[in-house]
This record gives sequence, structure tokens and C-alpha cells, in this order.
Amino acid sequence: MVTQVQINRLKKQIIKATVPVEEGHIPSAFSILDILWVLYDQVLHIDPSNPKNDDRDRFILSKGHGALALYAVLAEKGFFPTSELERFATFNSILGGHPDRNKIPGVEASTGSLGHGLPMGVGMAMGMRIRGVSSNVYVLVGDAECNEGSIWESALLAAHHKLSNLTCIVDYNHSTDRALLLGDIALKFSSFGWFASTIDGHDHDAIYDALIKRKTDRPTAIIAETVKGHGCKPMENNPAWHHGAPTHEDLPSILEELS
Amino acid sequence: MRRQFVKTVESLMAKDERLVLLLGDIGVFGFRNAFKQYPERAYNIGICEQAMTSLAAGLSMEGLIPVLHSIAPFVVERCYEQLKIDLCYQHLAANIVSVGASYDYAALGCTHHCPGDISILQALPGMQIVIPGHASEFDRLFNSAYSNSSPTYFRLSERSNQENYDVEFGKARIIKSGDKATIIAVGSILDMVIEAVQDLDVCVLYYTTVSPFDDYTLRENCKSGKIVLMEPYYSGNMINDIHATLGEKSISIKSVGVPNKFLTDYGKVEEHDVSIGLTPSNVRKQVEGIIRAR
Repeated sequence: MVTQVQINRLKKQIIKATVPVEEGHIPSAFSILDILWVLYDQVLHIDPSNPKNDDRDRFILSKGHGALALYAVLAEKGFFPTSELERFATFNSILGGHPDRNKIPGVEASTGSLGHGLPMGVGMAMGMRIRGVSSNVYVLVGDAECNEGSIWESALLAAHHKLSNLTCIVDYNHSTDRALLLGDIALKFSSFGWFASTIDGHDHDAIYDALIKRKTDRPTAIIAETVKGHGCKPMENNPAWHHGAPTHEDLPSILEELS
Repeated sequence: MRRQFVKTVESLMAKDERLVLLLGDIGVFGFRNAFKQYPERAYNIGICEQAMTSLAAGLSMEGLIPVLHSIAPFVVERCYEQLKIDLCYQHLAANIVSVGASYDYAALGCTHHCPGDISILQALPGMQIVIPGHASEFDRLFNSAYSNSSPTYFRLSERSNQENYDVEFGKARIIKSGDKATIIAVGSILDMVIEAVQDLDVCVLYYTTVSPFDDYTLRENCKSGKIVLMEPYYSGNMINDIHATLGEKSISIKSVGVPNKFLTDYGKVEEHDVSIGLTPSNVRKQVEGIIRAR
């Protein structure tokens, strides 16, 4: 219950960040917020005061347009002041529409163009193995992102090189069903040689259990069934909200949805 | 140059544990010793250039120095956005080494030609571009630039100049002094230029680094304001750099290189040279023409 209150507070911060700049992908952020919260709250070994520490776990938000969820969680965990969210997407803000590793403490990779984060994560996982670093790499991709060939190139590579230190989380909110039906994504990853499971992407216990399970001889794929815009009824599975912000006038009623 | 590439990289892998070799299923036999000696740092990634390039960025984020290798169209054009975002935008060290310059693989047809690599790579901020004209020059240039924290493209050619020069990364070399025109020769086109103009009163500047551009050497060696630009890829790439360097002067430039069209014939490289006018006699004609021009 406490956690749900916390999640709703972050959702309100996310919505408020979009209003001044009339910019942001709110439903995409809400789709992944529970996953990111569990990752940063319970799973990732990373010190916000020393985010470049060599033995940290690495996280890449490959679906970069979900950036607001990452920003809200990073701020909550102390990587940078929460006040930065108020400057979201303004001219000289560190927080843009997509995450930038050269500007934001705690961001490992600059993403936004889909299909780049997972292969970068494969490279990080290989690099950590070469260097003898025993931490783990987590990459979150979108289901629409799984249309990209580079995702499946990476799936082949990670399995071939037995990257047991790599976990790929798929945000399966079905927003891309209108274009390409992906079907059973866990089965697809399994057939590529991954240890794969499907969970409820808004159930914190299920997310945690899936994130801590891994095999020693293969990478892990977690297919998280999610709802785009989760928790805010007018936005849920509503394409009109994909890339849009509430007006000042609409803000109170939208925030009310989260109460 | 390919043999030298293997020797240079294998030698560096012995000295520098940060070096990681990534092959796009090209040159695997040539690098057999690297695979044997450094199995943890030599990978045949397969034919997936997009993932290979992003993967290289991931390795670089971990402090390693990847060397990516494939045929030019596949390691440049196929994965252009990965070069742009993952390597250049993120300011990551990586070395991209291509074979099959322009129409080196003439008989294989246009899928394996890549005369457009330099023009598109020059559009990427931060991408360093190196075009050696001789195997020994590759060795010198790679050793000096491979670990300088920027993405660097090394363009290997099947062709080589007869002589090698003591070239330096980022610097042009004066091959011949003269007053009536300045000839800029890039990489393996130098031999043709020397044959064409050796008895003319012209200056020949030899560029093996295209980006960053050595403006100083050009500025100091172009009194005539008449320039013949000789590039072994789509012609005219260096014109912007030349104008930026000499912009305040009145200059005339004649650009000679590969024309911007598909070379749909097969055969030998030399046959294409003749077909598109990359011959010593045509080069001489162009140079004499610009000397005569007012």
C-alpha cells in the first residue's frame, strides 16, 4: 500500500513535468514505472552518490521514450534533485525527451532510436566478462521495439555467448499489435536460447521474483505484461495520449485519476 | 594492407588488453592467431553489423577499445545510425576498419561498392577518418590513433602506393613543392598524381587523415589559389574544408574522383578507372587546365 502511494506520487511528478513544456510520453512511462521502481528499489546494486562505480549493476532504458519514468525513479533515489523534473525538456535541462548518458547522473546509455539499447547491453555484458566484473546488466525494451531486427540479432548474440549476466525485460503493453503481432514473446526468446518467463508487469512481487532468477549458462528474458498508461484511466491504451501532455486546465482532473 | 591490418592488430592485442576484435564474418582465417591467442578478446560476431556496432559501443562503455571489421558498405552504410548515435553521439572510442574501398570489389557489383562512405561519415560529428595509401602507413596511423578516445574509421584499399611515407595522424605531408597549383591527393590515389604531375611546377599535398582536416598545411602551401582535389571516392568531399581554410582568398578548385553514380559494370578496378577518367593522363589534363585558367 505504501508502495502504491509512492508510485502514484511519482506518476503525479511525471504528469506535472510535462505540462509546462507540453511534451512527454506519459503512458509509456506509466507502463514501465513499476518495473523501474522494483529494479532501483530492490535489485540494482548501485550507489547514487557514486553512479560510475565499476562494480555497479548497469541498467539501460532501451525504449528511451519512457524516459520520464526513469527520471522520476532516479530523482527519487537521489541521483539528482527532484527539482530537475520541473525543468524537463526545457532548453538547457539535463532531462530531455530521451535519456542522455553524457548529461544525466545514473544514465548508462543515450537511447531514443529503438533497437540500440539491447545490443549495447550485450556489449556491456561481454565487456564486464572480459574485465572480470561480476555485476549484471539489465535492459528494458518495448514490445514495439521488438519489431527492430537488431533486437533479434542481439538475442542471437547474447545466447550464443551465454551471457548469464544479461537480463532483458520486455514491456509488453501491446501498443504495437496494430502493426505486427508479436505473439508469445517468451517463447520466441526461449527458442533463441534464453531463460524466459512472462509476468504481470505491475505486480511488484512478481517483478522482483523474476528479476532475481537467472541461469548460469544463458541470458534471462522477462516478458512483462503491462498496460500503457497504467493507473490513469483516460490514458490507458488510448493512442491519443501516446505523446501528449495535459493542459493546465485538465491537470486537476488527470491528477485526480491517480488519487 | 589487409595483411598489415592483421599484423598491427595482433601486435597491439599482445600489448594492450583493452583491444577487442569484432569481425563481421570477414577476415576470420586471417585473424586465426588472434582467435587462438586471445579467445576472450577476439570474436566473429557474424553478419549482423547493426548489433555489432552497438555491441562495440557497449564494450567501449566498459573501457575497452573495440576494432570492428567488415566490407565497407556493411560496416558503414548498413549500420550508419549505430555509428552516429552509439559511437559518435556518445563520444565512445572505437575503430572501424573496412576493406573493399570504393570499387575495389569491381566484379562483385554495386552491392559491394562503397564510394559514398567518406561523404556520409564526414557528416558525423566526432568521427575521425583515416585513409592510408600504403600498408606501413596504416600501421603508423593505427598505432597513433586507435586509443585516442574517439571513433575512428580506417579505410583499407586493395590498392597501394609504391612508396610509403612517414605520415602522421591529422597531418598532411608535402610530397612535392611548386607554385602554379596545389594538388591534394588522398590515400592510394597518390601514385597516379605523382605520375601525372612530376615534371610540373605544382605542389602535391598528401592527406591520409581526412577528418580532422589539416588546414594549416593547405593554408601554407596554396599561394596560387588553384587546387586540384584528387579523391579515390565520391569527388568533392573536401571542398567544404578547403573553403573553410581558404575562404577569404579567391580560389578555384577542380575536383576529380569517383562520379556520383552507380558503377554498374563489372571487370577489373583498372577498367573502371579508365571508364570514369581516373587516369594519369586525365589528371594531367585537369592540372594543366587549371594552371592555364585565369
